[in-house]
Amino acid sequence: GLCFLPDRSSDTTMELEAEVNVELCQSGPGLQMSLIRGTDLFGYIGIEAVLDQMRSKTMKAGFEFNIMVVGQSGLGKSTLVNTLFKSKVSRKSCTPNYEEKISKTVKLQTVSHVIEENGVKMKLTVIDTPGFGDQINNDNCWEPIVKYVNEQYEKYLREELHINRKRVIPDSRVHCCIYFLPATGHRLRPIDVEFMKRLGKIVSIVPVIAKADTLTIEERQEFKERIRQDLVDNGIHVYPQKEYDEDPEERILNNSIRESIPFAVVGTDKEHQVNGNKVLGRKTNWGIIEVENVAHCEFANLRDLLIRSHLQDLKDVTHNIHYETYRVRRLNESNMNFSEPGPILYTPTPTFSTDM
Amino acid sequence: TTKFTVINVWKFLRNFITSTKCTTSSQGQGYSCDKGARPLSLAGHVGFDSLPDQLVNKSICQGFCFNILCIGETGIGKSTLMDTLFNTNFENFESSHFEPQVKLRAQTYDLQESNVRLRLTVVNTVGFGDQMNKQESYQPVVDYIDRQFESYLQEELKIKRSLHNYHDSRVHACLYFISPSGHSLKSLDLVTMKKLDSKVNIIPVIAKADTISKSELHKFKIKIMSELVSNGVQIYQFPLDDETVAKVNTTMNGHLPFAVVGSTEEVSVGNKMVKARQYPWGVVQVENENHCDFVKLREMLICVNMEDLREQTHTRHYELYRRCKLEEMGFKDTGPECKPVSLQQTYEAKRQEFLVELQKREDEMRQMFVQRVKEKESELKEAERDLQGRFEQLKRLHADEKAALEEKKRLLDDDQSSFSKRRAAAQLLQAQSLTANGKKDKDRKK
Repeated sequence: GLCFLPDRSSDTTMELEAEVNVELCQSGPGLQMSLIRGTDLFGYIGIEAVLDQMRSKTMKAGFEFNIMVVGQSGLGKSTLVNTLFKSKVSRKSCTPNYEEKISKTVKLQTVSHVIEENGVKMKLTVIDTPGFGDQINNDNCWEPIVKYVNEQYEKYLREELHINRKRVIPDSRVHCCIYFLPATGHRLRPIDVEFMKRLGKIVSIVPVIAKADTLTIEERQEFKERIRQDLVDNGIHVYPQKEYDEDPEERILNNSIRESIPFAVVGTDKEHQVNGNKVLGRKTNWGIIEVENVAHCEFANLRDLLIRSHLQDLKDVTHNIHYETYRVRRLNESNMNFSEPGPILYTPTPTFSTDM
Repeated sequence: TTKFTVINVWKFLRNFITSTKCTTSSQGQGYSCDKGARPLSLAGHVGFDSLPDQLVNKSICQGFCFNILCIGETGIGKSTLMDTLFNTNFENFESSHFEPQVKLRAQTYDLQESNVRLRLTVVNTVGFGDQMNKQESYQPVVDYIDRQFESYLQEELKIKRSLHNYHDSRVHACLYFISPSGHSLKSLDLVTMKKLDSKVNIIPVIAKADTISKSELHKFKIKIMSELVSNGVQIYQFPLDDETVAKVNTTMNGHLPFAVVGSTEEVSVGNKMVKARQYPWGVVQVENENHCDFVKLREMLICVNMEDLREQTHTRHYELYRRCKLEEMGFKDTGPECKPVSLQQTYEAKRQEFLVELQKREDEMRQMFVQRVKEKESELKEAERDLQGRFEQLKRLHADEKAALEEKKRLLDDDQSSFSKRRAAAQLLQAQSLTANGKKDKDRKK
């Protein structure tokens, strides 16, 4: 029979570990590999310079960012986007003879601009969704949006699968979807839940409370808490998603963001004088609401999140997670006709001959 | 014909690269300079100028990979140069000159400088140039490079993949060590470099440059470069498209190949300790630009162009490999309507083929198994019959013996019964005779 020697077990685990390490290093005939950690450098080499190299290359190449705004008419979507990017980037602002009319169906429209700041060029595409939530019957109003998002993934996938690929695959995927919640002060409405549930699975949603200058600070806090509770209750994941935090530092940072979403925002492109300074604000009879003043509204927080700290992260999450999920699903769809499950893996084994 | 297609593809690719103005980093950034995106001016500070920093910070968290391949004859100073370049002592083994075949030895190290973590892999050839017949010397090197591309391609083609976590083992830079003969390139050098120039960024260096005098060195360099050009070997050109580095790169391109000296030993010169080699006739200082081009190499390889080397490997060499490999397999971009479908169709056709083959093999194996079972069964049956036969035989023997014994017993019984009869008869006779005698006595008495 078998004889268990407990003091030997540590040896076997070490052996297993060594095996695993060797396997991870791509070994082949005539190849020896070893992994050594942490060497002392006897002097400066200049590895840091690679950071500057990377910086200058990316600045030369430019960046792309695609942002979608979703919400009923009249919630200030265009104004907010213009305020965020301090220029008339929304479709409303740059279409001549623009007429505000409720469209019968949800039709997505995109407009692109190239903006530059301190040598950094960015191609910004704003995707507008007029007609969303405006009908009497809003059943399935998210479908055109879901279709659009998936179409962009499909486009990218096709480019990626080309034999002769472009050096830069044009990226039209939606990196961020700002969802506008009307400042009712109550809870999420059915349309909000339905939309965010479905879209939250395929794109990074950033919900905001629009026209928040109708809520007092206390009302705002309560509203936000109820919304957060509703999100949890309905299993809706908004950006930044908990599962994608990469390290504890990031988790701490993102936790504090998760505790303050959705941001209550006010948008405007008008400037007024306040205490001798020119500030962006909305002038009312009872005072001037300073958009960039964090005591008044959370616009600055939204701007910092979207642009100054997490813009690259939004793109990475879209590329590494949402796009990959779409790709897996798409490539698996063809497998459903076959009986065998499991991944299709191209293995160039010489054992089976195929006529080419 | 495949060679022709590859050359055409390469030509097309080169034209494509030189004509496009937009370049990218290895992260796939950048946008196509297309119509429809109007420039717009900003009314204030938005803050996306922090984007390069955001990107760089992410890369810092992930760390960088850099893989250098050193090809050169045994003892030419590959390991020493690596030690000198990276200011450290890598584990080095002195190789023998009697290797029957060229092998590659790869070692991976994690280096850190301030907040930049670099995973450096140094691959050295072992036994290069030692064999009598060097015709196949280049093959293990080409195989190694291809294997790394293949690995990446397989990961890219997986359904569930994790490319951003992938440890990139593709060779980013290939330092080719030229012997300091002072005359010209060896044919082995030309053949090897020609095989590698479309697969990897080749940076030729003249090793042990302290054995060549300055004037000889100048002539040697010119000879080498002209030989490379006349043989159509594409070595790595330091990039000129970025203004920040164009000037220094242009100068450096003119100094190729770099004449290097490696040393990790320190010698005191003046009032400093410097890396140098001490000879009776003087001290060759590694970091003195008058003595050798080591500083230039370090500058070019690490400080200025590391990122470009990685990018070229990914966007040029890898793409070429991928294209050739997929075309070899029979994939094509047929028309603008059928992309993933075509790839998938071919994929599925191949998969069907493979499954059919698998099924055939399975059937074969099953048949073989059944066959073996039958054989074994008949063997066992045979043995059983044997056994049965023996058993029957023994049984018969046993029965015979038993019958014999029975016979004997019967005889014995008969004997016994006749004996007892005789005894009984004798006793009776005796009794009779006694009574007869008694009667006689009685009669006499009367």
